Amino acid sequence: MDAIISAASVVSAGLAVGLASIGPGIGQGNAAGQAVEGIARQPEAENKIRGTLLLSLAFMEALTIYGLVVALSLLFANPFTG
Amino acid sequence: MYTGTLSLSDVEVGKHFYWYLSEKLSLHGQVLIVSWFVLLLILSFSILGTQKIEKIPQGWQNFMELVVEFIEDIAKNQLGPTAYKPWIPFIGTLFLFIFGSNWAGALIPWKIIQLPVCELAAPTNDNNTTVALSLLVSLTYFYAGIKKKGLGYFKRYLQPTPVLLPINILEDFTKPLSLSFRLFGNILADELTVSVLTMLVPLIIPLPIMILGVFASSIQALIFSTLAAAYIAEAIE
Repeated sequence: MDAIISAASVVSAGLAVGLASIGPGIGQGNAAGQAVEGIARQPEAENKIRGTLLLSLAFMEALTIYGLVVALSLLFANPFTG
Repeated sequence: MYTGTLSLSDVEVGKHFYWYLSEKLSLHGQVLIVSWFVLLLILSFSILGTQKIEKIPQGWQNFMELVVEFIEDIAKNQLGPTAYKPWIPFIGTLFLFIFGSNWAGALIPWKIIQLPVCELAAPTNDNNTTVALSLLVSLTYFYAGIKKKGLGYFKRYLQPTPVLLPINILEDFTKPLSLSFRLFGNILADELTVSVLTMLVPLIIPLPIMILGVFASSIQALIFSTLAAAYIAEAIE
């Protein structure tokens, strides 16, 4: 394997996951904070809020996972090494 | 690729236990073995549950009725109380298969069974399985829409304005893509974190991640079936 290609692949794999986790991190924090606020205001709605929160957290997590898929394909199935 | 010093914990991504049907046609054997196991498990659960059907449910029947009611709830929440009935089998099959295979990968110590090349794991950590499942979802919502509205179904591509036609067509491709990558990425990421942690510290430390993985994989099964139901609902609304 070409040294430059493998070095670039490793660096960009790290960047892919790192950058992809910024946005969803902020979003998940916001969502969880709002959910806690909702539960504090209306404790009887806790079950419904928890269900919706989990579902939407999983959606946000999917964005990080896309970055992870890119990183994994760079590490384990690199198309540029031939 | 890194190979661990302990045989207890290798990172084995991209290695497959190939079965050759012919010169060009090969299958990923490890995926098929575990998915057959999961199918067998689900089949035996449902046979056990319907063996002696009584008016007041007990034991297995009680448990299986709970499962069916849970699946009915998923379908009813997305499709509404009038239209959900015919889609329960499809959504339930998706949910049970994905849930079963995620948990089979997380809970059963497959490493006991030695394969010559790679190891047995959850079938959903292979992209082929998840793409197959999400293409099934695509076919199903097209079928649902065309059955409900005939060719008028395709009018929804021009729905807000005809300017959005390319985006509406693109959406049909991004739906299965995101559906399959979400499931595949989550399961593979979970197994990778556990195996990397096991490579660093073999005892105790990976346990919380494993528990998180069991939780996350059940949520992923729920998400996949909920989204399938939502896509069908969008097509028949």
